[in-house]
Amino acid sequence: MKGWKEIPDGGLILEPGNSMEYKTGSWRSKKPVWDKEKCINCLICWICCPDGSIVVENEKIKGINYDYCKGCGICANECPKKAINMEVEK
Amino acid sequence: MKVLGMNGDNAVAYAMKQINPDVVAGYPITPQTIAIEKFSEYVADGEVDTEFVATESEHSAMSACIGASAAGGRVMTSTASAGLAFMWEMLYVAASTRLPIVMNVMNRALSAPINIHCDHSDSMGARDSGWIQIYGENVQEGYDNIIQAVKIAETAGLPVMPCFDGFIVSHAVERLQVLDDEKVKNFIGTYKSEHPLLDVTRPVTYGPFDMYDYYMEHKKQEHEAMKSALKIVKNIGKEYEKISDRGYDTLSEHRLNDSELAVIAIGSTAGTAREAVNEMRKKGINAGSLKLRLFRPFPYEDIRNALKNVKVIAVMDRCDSFGAFGGPLFSELRSALYKTSNVEIVNYIYGLGGRDVTSEHIKKVISDLNDILATGKVKEYVQYLGVR
Repeated sequence: MKGWKEIPDGGLILEPGNSMEYKTGSWRSKKPVWDKEKCINCLICWICCPDGSIVVENEKIKGINYDYCKGCGICANECPKKAINMEVEK
Repeated sequence: MKVLGMNGDNAVAYAMKQINPDVVAGYPITPQTIAIEKFSEYVADGEVDTEFVATESEHSAMSACIGASAAGGRVMTSTASAGLAFMWEMLYVAASTRLPIVMNVMNRALSAPINIHCDHSDSMGARDSGWIQIYGENVQEGYDNIIQAVKIAETAGLPVMPCFDGFIVSHAVERLQVLDDEKVKNFIGTYKSEHPLLDVTRPVTYGPFDMYDYYMEHKKQEHEAMKSALKIVKNIGKEYEKISDRGYDTLSEHRLNDSELAVIAIGSTAGTAREAVNEMRKKGINAGSLKLRLFRPFPYEDIRNALKNVKVIAVMDRCDSFGAFGGPLFSELRSALYKTSNVEIVNYIYGLGGRDVTSEHIKKVISDLNDILATGKVKEYVQYLGVR
């Protein structure tokens, strides 16, 4: 990690969008597992996910981005078809 | 150069007019009110280009200053007492975000009981917030300090709080030599922020979340910036002499060369101390005095040097630090002199809530010091002066 002489003064961040480099997926104790067969693509999980970790293409769910999913479980809770199940991280 | 009759508050407004900052955000509080009121007249009369923001509180005033400074502007404000206390949270944000804001403080006591008069409780309470603190003795120094403060802040990358005694200086009309507008303008130059928020071609984030992995590195930067500020203050004090014939250093000595006794004071009392020293000298008592101008960063080497031949010292604190071993100036000065000599150092807490301190009081202090010198005994290290 960088020392005090190597970082911008005052806590400034000079490169935009660098929160991408901060992989918050490591915080997770339970991971959401998506069942494609049960899913009706209502996208309620996509609307509710606070971290934008539900990957959607052409209005269809493609999967879950585990780099940033913190495992809060909102998606599993809101899913009307119980197509997302929270499993303990191993 | 012109000579005017002005009180401290009007002198601050006049200096601010000459500085012509981009943004001033303020809220009135006695005894600062006249300064911001007068400055708002300059704005209304079109004598400055400043965007004046009248906020609903001091917390908001400092917040607006922080935003404007981050945006890239040259920013000033002024406050006192409870107003400064209300800014507390934002003082730290301004300093640790390294924003060169200049805020004159007209020193006044804190409540309760409610009191509007002078002491140093307000700015001394903010001594650890990361602001450079400069104390002026009179209206002239108040004016001179604020102009230097702009340059110091922008060179050091830290906010500066020039202070002077509320009412004693803020409301006393004195003879003031003002510089020509052009001289002030050339001295301070133009401010160019390195990372202005308003530059959309170079996006920057101010004030992000900082965890235990980098917070300490940012504090170390601030620590080093404050250390470097010492030299900056000294250099700019010398530079200012070239345009004004009035030079400034971190402190100034009065008859200390051959004195065994010394009185140390900040602010207007330093003048009273010089008077008391002169009177005691006539009686054959070998005293001198020292006025401390810079409190943050604390110029401990200059202090050691100035006091190297002195045997007994009285430190005058115009505020208490309840439960501490003496007032803030006493604690720091004693710490600075530790192991440098066999000096005795005593502390007087004085002038709280505007209680008058006259040359008679200081003469009493000097005669106490003389007793300590003669007997080698200190009755009380920390005492209240002029209390019933």
